[in-house]
Amino acid sequence: MRIKQLTSLLLAAGVTAIAPGLQAAELEVSVQNLTRGMYFTPILISAHTPEQQLFNVGEAASAELQAMAEGGSIAGLADATAAMSADNILNPASGLLMPTASTTATLSTADTNSVLSIVAMMLPTNDGFIGLNSWNIPTEPGTYTVYINAYDAGTEANDEIRGGGQPGVPGLPVPPPLEDLVGMNGSGITSEIVNDTVHIHPGNLGDDDSQGGSSDISNTVQRWLNPVAKVTVTVSE
Amino acid sequence: MMFQQRFSLSLIGLGCLALSACGGSSNNSQPAPEPDPVSYSYEVTVQNLTQGQPLSPVAIVLHNNVTLWTIGEPATVALEVLAEGGDGSDFIGDDSFYASMTGTAPIGAGASDTLTITVTDEAESFISVATMLVNTNDAFAGISGHSLAELTLNDTMVMMLPVLDAGTEANSEAAGTIPGPADDGEGFNSERDDADVVSFHPGVVSGEDGLTLSVLTSAHRFDNPAVKLSITRVE
Repeated sequence: MRIKQLTSLLLAAGVTAIAPGLQAAELEVSVQNLTRGMYFTPILISAHTPEQQLFNVGEAASAELQAMAEGGSIAGLADATAAMSADNILNPASGLLMPTASTTATLSTADTNSVLSIVAMMLPTNDGFIGLNSWNIPTEPGTYTVYINAYDAGTEANDEIRGGGQPGVPGLPVPPPLEDLVGMNGSGITSEIVNDTVHIHPGNLGDDDSQGGSSDISNTVQRWLNPVAKVTVTVSE
Repeated sequence: MMFQQRFSLSLIGLGCLALSACGGSSNNSQPAPEPDPVSYSYEVTVQNLTQGQPLSPVAIVLHNNVTLWTIGEPATVALEVLAEGGDGSDFIGDDSFYASMTGTAPIGAGASDTLTITVTDEAESFISVATMLVNTNDAFAGISGHSLAELTLNDTMVMMLPVLDAGTEANSEAAGTIPGPADDGEGFNSERDDADVVSFHPGVVSGEDGLTLSVLTSAHRFDNPAVKLSITRVE
């Protein structure tokens, strides 16, 4: 199964019973990068049914989530959610979302797609991503603000040194805009995956030696404290 | 966790129109009877939730519908003075403000300070609050342009505040750059050698966590939220 599904009939019945009149919605969704020095790779904004989840804390990442979190590729998640009739926005920032920058997109949702999820990889990390998981889209028109946290996909050791973004390839992908912002020749923080399920990211460690040391990440600029992104949703209809 | 909410530009625009419409003078030559002035008082409590970061005396301003900083925009010099040196006098010093004040002493870890600020005949005030985490280069916490219009008498709003980075001074943590007791170093310096936009703060690294030249220790580290802010309308 490509996207996790909640199969409990009891739970599904319960969700239906408490859902206050499902209806199609016109949404404007803004994502702002709140961090001092982290970059977000192409963002996936997905309105889907409550029975689907892009990720869940305490559960192993899907292959599609792993590809997003390790290399920034949202194609797999986009295909898998679209196959289940999700309403998606892909890459609204047309590339990297810089520190403190915002991007805005509009989305029309089918009446069954009553929850919203957002993911994007954070650079430089090994498998860190911003995550909003199945947020209930309000039926009442208005503007809503949600602050979201950084997660670790649990699929790659946080060695914090240059490497690749393909699933299973160790190290950080370093696309050209980050070439001068990421150090080199670090020996590697760790080769161990402490927790192989999705969890809140423990944060970058980094060091202050861009030409060596244990990490290729800057410890004064490329760390963060949660939350890392501000999501503003305007429901207009 | 609740953080401050910002107002859309369209709302700010509408607010300005409404205010200027209200400001028009009457042409009636008959002097209208003076209505009794109405006071609005707000009790503001700032509690320091950190392990070991004293907060500078808190600066509080009531003003019209503006923000005093925005994430992603450069800090004003007045905010830079507060965030780098803990000095809120410039931050509260704009003549257009309805009312402003600062606390009289720093707020230690775990402690709180309560101040009451009053404005006359302004039911639609916006509030800004700011305080520096003094054992940092330019970290501060606060709210910028938060509406008080919905706050009815004896109502309280409580906000848990994250730590922000003024972006005006690199977070070197180096000797001589931090005004708090950890260093007794320099406060405000007009040079801007960092991102030059306000962002969330990445946190204190400390010498123990690998920043070789840092004068800070694990005792100065913090996480979000760092400040609990409570505002009660008392009059």
